[in-house]
Amino acid sequence: MECSELLKKLGSISAVTGRENMATQRIAELFGEYCDEVRVDAFYNVIGVKKGNGQNPGSVLVTAHYDEIGLIVTGIEDSGFLRFAAAGGVDPKAIGAMCVTVHGKKDLFGVIGTKPPHLIPPEDADKPIKMEDMRIDIGLDGEKARELVSVGDMVSFINPAQELMNNRLAGKSMDNRSGVAALVEILKELKKLNHEDDVYVVATVQEELGLIGAFTVTYNIKADLGIVIDVCHGDMPDSPSDETFPLGKGVAIAVGPVLSSKHTKACIKLAKSEKIPYQIDPETGDTGTEAAVHSIAREGIPVMLLSIPAKYMHTTVEMVCVDDVIATGRLAARYIAGRVKD
Amino acid sequence: MDTLEILKKLTSLDGVSGEEKPVRDFILSHIKDYVDDYKIDNMGNLITYKKGTGKSGLKVMLDAHMDEVGLMVTHINSDGLLKFQTIGGIEGRVLVGKRVRVGEKGIPGVIGYKPIHLQESNERNGAVNKKKLTIDIGAKDMDQAEDKVSVGDYAAFAYDPVDFGDNKLMAKALDNRVGCAALMEILKGHYDCDIYGCFTVQEEVGLKGAKTASFQVMPDIALILEGTTCYDVPDTQEQSMSTRCGKGPALTIMDRSVIADRDLVKLIAQTAEQNHIPYQYKQTITGGTNAGRIQVNGTGTKVAVMAVPCRYIHTPVSVMDKSDFTHMIDLAKKVLEALPHSDVAKNSAQLVKPASVNLFNDKGGKTHV
Repeated sequence: MECSELLKKLGSISAVTGRENMATQRIAELFGEYCDEVRVDAFYNVIGVKKGNGQNPGSVLVTAHYDEIGLIVTGIEDSGFLRFAAAGGVDPKAIGAMCVTVHGKKDLFGVIGTKPPHLIPPEDADKPIKMEDMRIDIGLDGEKARELVSVGDMVSFINPAQELMNNRLAGKSMDNRSGVAALVEILKELKKLNHEDDVYVVATVQEELGLIGAFTVTYNIKADLGIVIDVCHGDMPDSPSDETFPLGKGVAIAVGPVLSSKHTKACIKLAKSEKIPYQIDPETGDTGTEAAVHSIAREGIPVMLLSIPAKYMHTTVEMVCVDDVIATGRLAARYIAGRVKD
Repeated sequence: MDTLEILKKLTSLDGVSGEEKPVRDFILSHIKDYVDDYKIDNMGNLITYKKGTGKSGLKVMLDAHMDEVGLMVTHINSDGLLKFQTIGGIEGRVLVGKRVRVGEKGIPGVIGYKPIHLQESNERNGAVNKKKLTIDIGAKDMDQAEDKVSVGDYAAFAYDPVDFGDNKLMAKALDNRVGCAALMEILKGHYDCDIYGCFTVQEEVGLKGAKTASFQVMPDIALILEGTTCYDVPDTQEQSMSTRCGKGPALTIMDRSVIADRDLVKLIAQTAEQNHIPYQYKQTITGGTNAGRIQVNGTGTKVAVMAVPCRYIHTPVSVMDKSDFTHMIDLAKKVLEALPHSDVAKNSAQLVKPASVNLFNDKGGKTHV
């Protein structure tokens, strides 16, 4: 499947953080097309194994989380409206008048209501609205709502990716389905390349809750090299220019303390020689990604972080450029195939 | 197509105030055969005429505005993002993360927002600043954007209707495609009085179309069909809910634009009770309707407003109960049957009308514009 089509398909899947089992099977099937073996661990991390042809193969672990931010039902009103809290970093300012799916006994359509401007008193016009004051409307009375929905049910946003100009896609959960799409690009590319190492491509869970899936994966798979694929902030007005990266200008290669300087330098060199578009992403802290977990897993996994610039992160219109996804996959695969050994 | 299908189709069309043509074209193509005459006036109102049986000389205007709230591109930034302003009342946070269609070609775009990770604490804890929002069509720069859109282009929310819950419908622009769809259905019936079905423009920007439409019709009585505010959600005081979903069409006693004719409202309520059709009174007096314009037309018109309660109006995801919609149609039809024999009609007929512009006097042929 072409990358853009694949990413659109991935964007339409719901996998709210902590409840990724909604989508595990589909991710496993996707990996199955390109891998020698696919495993699912107890956390619902999906592990695709592609064997290398070396005598003494090393192992490379590539992770990209497949969970998405969403909501969790915290209460059901007598009138059938649902109270909720955030699962992951949801901005309450960005979810008013939004369509959602409530994953109850069956999937239920709902909307997050907002007060019409006609009924907002002028003194309240500029006041922010707290998440605890919002409700999901599933169009049912209390009795029917309680039959179908339980406290603790997850809620996902509805906004499948749509194509815009310049090969850009905008929709929900491009963070980090674009990373998952890059994993598939890696697998596709590796089919064409000769690689000695065994490659473990893993779609991880619960990143949005605190990088949780990566903890078990980096323990379970003894990797010689780790590569993390996630999104970084795309550039937009009114945002810090050193923390945001233009869309369509290639993969962002992170440089910083938690990242393997040796591999990162070699990777940048490779990008240059292969003419794969890239940009440098300075990460002075722990990157806020799974790279932080890799770097201190077991005896420490040398790790690289490759990011796909995404505008409007954690809204339902996260925007990426498909060219950047492809560049990320190509660079990672080529690096794995010809990687620097210790 | 049944009435609900027509309503859904109407909500999927774009008709931001000032650019109602797609909605008007659809309406006209579906009601042409049910009316005796029609015209499109200078403003873009579609005025239809349906002759009564002759048993009553009463002239009744039915009004439903076709326009919806939306956006207009007001500037193209150097980075290719489109600055916009709202047309009609739309709250800032309703715009964030929404899909829109820009211009006649319907170029897809989205309204993004600064990621929560990058917001300063005052931004994080504040409200959405509408002025900082832009539409992103994916253009790399101004030149690319100008290739696809122009300053002055309209943009509408791009949301398709969804049936859900217990007999509920979610759609954009229920305000006021519910009125349009109801009026289309009403025009299929036969009545003793003369009916002028007016699909009006630019209600959301100050009740504009209704002024010229009512001037041309000079009605005795006018009934305004609307979608109105409804906020029957928890923690809302009953009087602040405005209306309640599923409790029947809402009758207006008074709003910002009008005090409805007391006798006419009474007649509607009585008719509803006689026919066992549920109805409710709107509990708030905010918002305005075309009734305000039509009431003061000529020497004055007796007006009333009948509306389908719509949760979250002026957003892309308004919600209504389908029973309120069908009950509004039933009630309006019954009212039209009862009107000619009512005291309200007798009182209206006693009024002395000035020599009015009666544009449908010439029965020689259809008036096409």
